[in-house]
This record gives sequence, structure tokens and C-alpha cells, in this order.
Amino acid sequence: MEKKKPKNVFVQGAISSEFIGNSIAKHQTKTSIGAHNIFLGQVRADEIDGNRIVAIDYTAYEDMANQKFYDIREATFEKFDLTCMHIYHSLGKVNAGEICLFVFVSSPRRKIVFEALEYVVEAIKADVPVFGKELFEDQTHQWKQNS
Amino acid sequence: MQLTIKYFGMLAEATSVNEEEVQTEVCSVSQLVKKLKHQHPKLSDKNFKIAVDQKLVDQNYMIDSKAEIALLPPFAGG
Repeated sequence: MEKKKPKNVFVQGAISSEFIGNSIAKHQTKTSIGAHNIFLGQVRADEIDGNRIVAIDYTAYEDMANQKFYDIREATFEKFDLTCMHIYHSLGKVNAGEICLFVFVSSPRRKIVFEALEYVVEAIKADVPVFGKELFEDQTHQWKQNS
Repeated sequence: MQLTIKYFGMLAEATSVNEEEVQTEVCSVSQLVKKLKHQHPKLSDKNFKIAVDQKLVDQNYMIDSKAEIALLPPFAGG
């Protein structure tokens, strides 16, 4: 496979609903598409022993992470007949209720986008070196771990 | 040879460094990890994977030239 510098997937802070809306609007010119599917990861205010999570502070091994996102992207295009695909992940602080991951896949037909989206999200969770510090309301923290 | 060691997440917190240079002879990943644990005792009870020049490797992998080594705690993307 040809090696080129992968595109940066990371955005500082939360991903806004305006950004997501604009991203959808940009696809109106791509009229071969018949189906979009979108995954939005949202920070959950889990409560542990009466202590509530108020935000997650994300960090990453950015160069490796961007390469992994690129590899996932290539593998997904090889596996599924997609027209296009976009991934954005937050870095830094994202408050509970805000969006930290936005995955957007598009294809001429619906069945493919359901399968492709799940494949992409599961691969991101398992393979990309992103780390999350869960910040509690009492100023303590713990480190998030994907299950 | 000189290795650049990068620490992330809870490991950067445990060692209080994000990055450091280490001088070593050719060694396996497990030998290097042993050395790093000696240097940073708080790493001992941590669970992590190792990447050499951004590729995950196992404990037996031989590090034989200048490289960037990353200690990666459990992933938490999404």
C-alpha cells in the first residue's frame, strides 16, 4: 500500500451540532448517494459511588492514531462499497452531553452503511491510541478504558 | 543507541514525564520494560502495550536501532 501522510482526524474540544449539520449539507451535491449513516459518541455522566463524571479530557498518540484512522479507513473502503466516509474525534476537554466522536459513512444503498458504520466504530474503539481522563465533579479523576 | 520513550495517559501521570531519552544496548521489549520499571517504580502495576515507531510489538521484539518507543495504556477512544 502506498504510504502517504494521513489526514488529521482530531478536533479540539467537543464536536458541535452545527459542524455535523454542515457536514450533512455538504453531501447534497453527491447525488449517487442513497443512504447515510452516522454515529455520534456522547460523553456520559456516569455516577460512581455518588461521584458524577462531568467531562472527559482526551489525549492521543496523535501520529500513530492518525495512521490507525487511515488504516481503518482503507480497510473499510476495501470491505464495503462506500461512496465516502468521514471520521472526527475530539482532543482535550469534552463535557458530559457533548459529542466526542463523529463517524459518517455514505453509500448508494442502505444495507452497506449499517454494516460499515459498526465496523468502523468498533475498529476505532479497539485499535486507536486515544486516552480519556474522566473528570469527576469533586475534582478527582479516573482513566477511561474501552470494554 | 538512543531511544525516545513516550508515555501517555495514566502512564504519563505515573512517571510524571511525557517523553524522555534512554541510552541502551540492543535489547528486547521485555528487557527495556524491565529497565523502565526500575526507573519508574509506579509503572510496575500498570497494564500497557508497546509501540516501536508507531507499530504495536510483543515482548520478544528486538529493538536494534534508534527508535521511538511508546507505552500505551488501555485505549479509550469514542
